[in-house]
Amino acid sequence: MTLHSLPVRTDVPARSSAGKPPGPGRRPLWRGRAGRQHHAGPLAYLLLGLMTVLSLFPLYWTMVAASTDNTRVSQTPPPFLPGPNLFSNLSRAWDEAAMGKAMLNSLIVAGTIALSTVMFATLAGFAFAKLRFKGRQALLTLAIGTMLVPPQLGVVPLFMLMSDLGWSQQLPAVIFPTLVSAVGVFFMRQYLAEALPDELVEAGRVDGAHSLRIFWSIVLPVARPAMAVLFMITFVHAWNDFFWPFVVLDMTNPTVPVALTQLSAGYVRDQSLIMAGALLGTLPLLLMFVVFGRQIVSGIMTGAVKG
Amino acid sequence: MATSTTNEPLGGTPSGPPSPADGAGTGRRLGALLHRLDVKGAPYAFVAPFFVIFAAFSFYPLVYTSWISLHDVELATLDVMKWVGFGNYVDLWGDSRFWNALRNTISIGVLSTVPQLMMALGLAHLLNYRMRASLFFRVASLVPYATSVAAAALVFTMIFERDFGMINWALGTVGVDPVSWEAEKWPAQTAISTMVIWRWTGYNALLYLAAMQAVPADRYEAAALDGASRWQQFTHVTIPGIRATIVFTIVLSTVGATQLFGEPLIFGQGPNGVTGGADNQYQTLGLLLYEEGWKNYQMGRSAAVAWAMFLLLVLAFAAQRVLARLRARQS
Repeated sequence: MTLHSLPVRTDVPARSSAGKPPGPGRRPLWRGRAGRQHHAGPLAYLLLGLMTVLSLFPLYWTMVAASTDNTRVSQTPPPFLPGPNLFSNLSRAWDEAAMGKAMLNSLIVAGTIALSTVMFATLAGFAFAKLRFKGRQALLTLAIGTMLVPPQLGVVPLFMLMSDLGWSQQLPAVIFPTLVSAVGVFFMRQYLAEALPDELVEAGRVDGAHSLRIFWSIVLPVARPAMAVLFMITFVHAWNDFFWPFVVLDMTNPTVPVALTQLSAGYVRDQSLIMAGALLGTLPLLLMFVVFGRQIVSGIMTGAVKG
Repeated sequence: MATSTTNEPLGGTPSGPPSPADGAGTGRRLGALLHRLDVKGAPYAFVAPFFVIFAAFSFYPLVYTSWISLHDVELATLDVMKWVGFGNYVDLWGDSRFWNALRNTISIGVLSTVPQLMMALGLAHLLNYRMRASLFFRVASLVPYATSVAAAALVFTMIFERDFGMINWALGTVGVDPVSWEAEKWPAQTAISTMVIWRWTGYNALLYLAAMQAVPADRYEAAALDGASRWQQFTHVTIPGIRATIVFTIVLSTVGATQLFGEPLIFGQGPNGVTGGADNQYQTLGLLLYEEGWKNYQMGRSAAVAWAMFLLLVLAFAAQRVLARLRARQS
């Protein structure tokens, strides 16, 4: 279970009212509408600019270090502009540091986990949002509770379980424990409670459709945008997950974060190679954020708030 | 596909007794039965995968951890378990490394969580202005969240390098002597906290931002009419308005801080990583758990550390509860 995933708002409609026009007949005194405040002044822009620099600088510098060579990185003052070796360092990291294999493994792991999380979360989210059954509230509360259990607590038995199953050092050992996520269930529940009209489900029942059919033809089309967001966020978490893969995998078959630890553990530290590996391992997610940043931000914000 | 056309309300509570006058054939009755079965059973089938997988890979290990912690188990012979009662816990109680790791976990937890959430609050306030390029600023503040612990820790380890790191170079330009970020306790814990703060501030800020946008505007209007300054509006309207979210982020950060592992491990660059520095100066409970289990091969002791972590978490939540209640009583 991934903590630090989407937090859950259980009592507020999934889509906030921000952005709606102010109520009729009343001039907004200070705010346009809930939450919308004053226009940003120069100071606000300055501070935001500073925060942006702090956010992005470590990644920029990763790129700089990955594009120079080892001696240049270790000089003072440190380099601030990119050097000429970016592609040779990247290809060295790909070949020598097993980053190629690690990235393929991470793609398999994160892709599988994200797919299954989305599927099971949508099923359960639909049931919690639109179907009435005995024990619904109790099961929902139980699922909330699972979010507070730190995954590290179970690591010793989990390790034993995996060696019993013969999965040590194998990808299934990393995939199976995280096939579902409580936060995903909540995210979909919140979305469907809001976005799926009861009448639509009822109409399906009247037409004689069974539950799975209703899920397939009525729920899925409505849920698609939220499923896409949940997929991306789960993918990010699974790609970056560290502790359990580090425990159960080894260097012959690593995911990206596991391979990166190996890069840094050598006695002769090739700094620009390390940075090239870090850059390579982060690049897919950065691309995702560049292309789908709007969706990811809105997903985190709408799934958010209030425990 | 169920053939029944019974018009039941959504979710299985029957709308009334089945009409006795309905003299349909057995096929139809079977259809109705299947339909009832579907309506009653499908919800459970839909939520089952989540609970089954959770039970198998999260709940069962959690419970079994306590059983293992009462045994001696070697990593090489995992199926040989020797009962030792509370021996592992007694050992832990008398082990100075455990108390050291506990202190470090708490101090790094405070050093990383408090500034992180304060900065997130400020950032959320800024992002809440009406402005140009607001999407850009939001995505940019979320980029660290897309960076893995491993990659982030590698970069920061270099930035905090003693001899050629950027921080020491920058300090040098204003006349400060180089700091041994890794070798000394508080500098090391500061550097590790910096990594945590960097990765999670933007994420928490977006949570706060979402909550701020849900605070009703008329509360601000009322405060403004009462002559509240902007700062007073922030402390008296915004903060209470998003209190639930603040509590939620505190809970999440506490859970995260209790388990801190990757940042100190990588900061130690290999051999120093698992022990949390040459003098254990930044060894967390997460690192100790790993060291006992996978370096010293004592899985039973490792499980005992895991339960100690859990206890710490329970105590932290209890303390939060008590504090919240005290505050509520005061006001």
